[in-house]
Amino acid sequence: MHTTLTPPESSKYLRLNLGPSHPATHGTLRVFVELEGEIIRGMKLEIGYLHRCFEKMAETHTWNQVIPFTDRLNYVSAMMNNVGYVRSVEKLLGVEPTKRCQRVRVILCELSRIIDHLVCIGANAVDLGALTTFWYFFRERENVYDLFEALCGARLTTSVTRVGGMYKDLPEGWLEWCRKVVNNLPRTLDDVETLLTANRIWIDRTQGIGVISKEDALEYGFTGPCLRATGIPYDIRKAMPYYDYDKFTWDVVTESGGDTYSRYLVRMGEMRQSLKIIQQCLDDMPGGAINIDDWAIVLPPKEQVYNSIEGLMAHFKLIMHGIRPPLGEVYDCTEAANGELGFFISSDNQGRPYRVRVRPPCFAIYQAFPEMCIGQTVSDAVATLGSLNIVAGELDR
Amino acid sequence: MSEHSLTVSSTEADLKNVAFTTRLEDFINWGRKNSLWPLPFGTACCAIEYMATVGSHYDVSRFGAEVVRFSPRQADCLLVLGTVVEKMGPVLKQVYDQMLEPKWVIAVGVCASSGGFYRAYHVMQGIDNIIPVDVYVPGCPPTPEGIIFGMLKLQEKITKGGIVRARDRYKIAR
Amino acid sequence: MQETDTKLLASALPNLPAEIQTAILAVEEFKGETTITIRKENLRTVIQFLKTDPNFRFDVMMDLFAMDYLKYNSPQPERFAVVYYLVSLFQTRRVRIKVFVSEDELVVDSIHDLYKAANWFEREAWDLYGIVFNGHPNLVRILCHNEFVGHPLRKDYPSDQYQRLKSAVPSEGL
Repeated sequence: MHTTLTPPESSKYLRLNLGPSHPATHGTLRVFVELEGEIIRGMKLEIGYLHRCFEKMAETHTWNQVIPFTDRLNYVSAMMNNVGYVRSVEKLLGVEPTKRCQRVRVILCELSRIIDHLVCIGANAVDLGALTTFWYFFRERENVYDLFEALCGARLTTSVTRVGGMYKDLPEGWLEWCRKVVNNLPRTLDDVETLLTANRIWIDRTQGIGVISKEDALEYGFTGPCLRATGIPYDIRKAMPYYDYDKFTWDVVTESGGDTYSRYLVRMGEMRQSLKIIQQCLDDMPGGAINIDDWAIVLPPKEQVYNSIEGLMAHFKLIMHGIRPPLGEVYDCTEAANGELGFFISSDNQGRPYRVRVRPPCFAIYQAFPEMCIGQTVSDAVATLGSLNIVAGELDR
Repeated sequence: MSEHSLTVSSTEADLKNVAFTTRLEDFINWGRKNSLWPLPFGTACCAIEYMATVGSHYDVSRFGAEVVRFSPRQADCLLVLGTVVEKMGPVLKQVYDQMLEPKWVIAVGVCASSGGFYRAYHVMQGIDNIIPVDVYVPGCPPTPEGIIFGMLKLQEKITKGGIVRARDRYKIAR
Repeated sequence: MQETDTKLLASALPNLPAEIQTAILAVEEFKGETTITIRKENLRTVIQFLKTDPNFRFDVMMDLFAMDYLKYNSPQPERFAVVYYLVSLFQTRRVRIKVFVSEDELVVDSIHDLYKAANWFEREAWDLYGIVFNGHPNLVRILCHNEFVGHPLRKDYPSDQYQRLKSAVPSEGL
């Protein structure tokens, strides 16, 4: 079995440790390989080098205080974690955010998906020696960061959602600015496609590398781009639509190779589809309030707090008492950049969650990494690891 | 004098145009601070902000620090970017020990400086529990301007001179 | 869509084989999600049945985790529970299987051979809660460091009870 290595005394293989501090392991992933020449005959993984105790922290903070902790799960696309967590809490409370809030969350989620794929492909290319695409993609990331900073003040770890709505409504001119950013993005994607997609070197290094079959992918619990790259067109936004994803016109991008090249193509395709979705949201942005009108969940507006007794009392109660979802356990999932990001929330009617369980998409995907690498060389393992988009914050929580 | 020979005037005013005097130590420090070779020990979110710092918009190479080297033998400035958990502690110590003198450490972000908002059972409450730190950059994550400011502070520290070897500066046991 | 799940499952209940019916202790429906509580002894039979039966075909194990009900406001049969979240991708059906485990006999059968994904999830449940999975090939810590004593996600473990890793070498993990 490939998860145990042969005992050192009897082994004819060379053991190599790709340590936790390694440029190609994207920080904090440790891989032991057994090599016969350059070919990997056995592989064992070690994780936990970024175990930041998210689930325990969630039990000791209030419902809204957990949101900054969720940011740091998949930190390259922080907003998707915010939205995922808040959706579960809203499901437990039985509230539905306003239409405007839903649209805004969709735009932010899709922008986060795009920037996640930018980092994934950029870092994957850097591991294989292609530095140019990294700079191009990070330039685009800066443009999106500017949008995020205008919205909530933070570039990376945004904490922008709240239970029942958002931290703030969109500032003036944000929508036009977003449109400009979104209109400029395809040019960079085209540039990088010209550089990589038909590039002989890229194809030789990624086609047929890190292959996983459909059946194994399902066995291991793959979801997201890694699953769609094996040919299974499963996307939660189409299968269990939320926030009007079924009303937008977009396609699920699927490839059938199951290898690194397919994963790259799926991610490039998904970025273009996300741009389509954002354009449709921008064209159809309803007005109205961004937060729901329930002062037991959302803080009342400041004019009401200062000028009316009900506002003052509601504000006081929310700050001192907190949100109190009813007793129960729910699970809700969204299609995050890596796959199905699920939050299982257990509440016992207190101001703090009783249990918050994150179903991390990377955990399932990384478990299959040895299976994808046995029989290939170390450099292929590096190429495969980059394409899986393992984010340690999510993997170890 | 023949036209082919160079005449150099020996007045002090003209001397200033062709030479300047300084202490050897200042000259070496000027060289060191403007060519820091960072080792990005990136674990979490701050590493992504560091990638943005190295990117074309914020461009840390203006300060001479674009040569990121992932081998501790080749680097002189250890940038700890992100949370260091207990499991990662020995790894960090090993990387720090392998670096050659002179070496400096910048703790980027609150997690590296003090454990951040993770007051938890597995998170090291600051890397200064195991290695000596020269500059702390707060922020969660700090913006690239913050990281650059941290590097500039380190450059200031190097300019001021003083004890160069980290092991003498911080009295680390060998 | 999810409402029809529950009705479908509820209507299918009388047609299930007898051994499955006796294993089921309760079927709850809350906010459109179905949770089936089963007996610990019949875990493997039920999971095998749900995976292979042509009416159900829950081909993906999405999640496996443990719960500690020590401080829960409403009384539960036992202190610990292991929750399995099974998904049938193409019929888009989801079901949660809950198994209660008592503190005195903190052992559950492992299902790593039924779903390959269960391997690491069970290791994590062991690491954070201390639940032993019978038949697991490699039940060692996966997230906490290897000198960690205790199971941190239990309700009687304080969140900031910090455990320093003393050994200089990071865990072998072999």
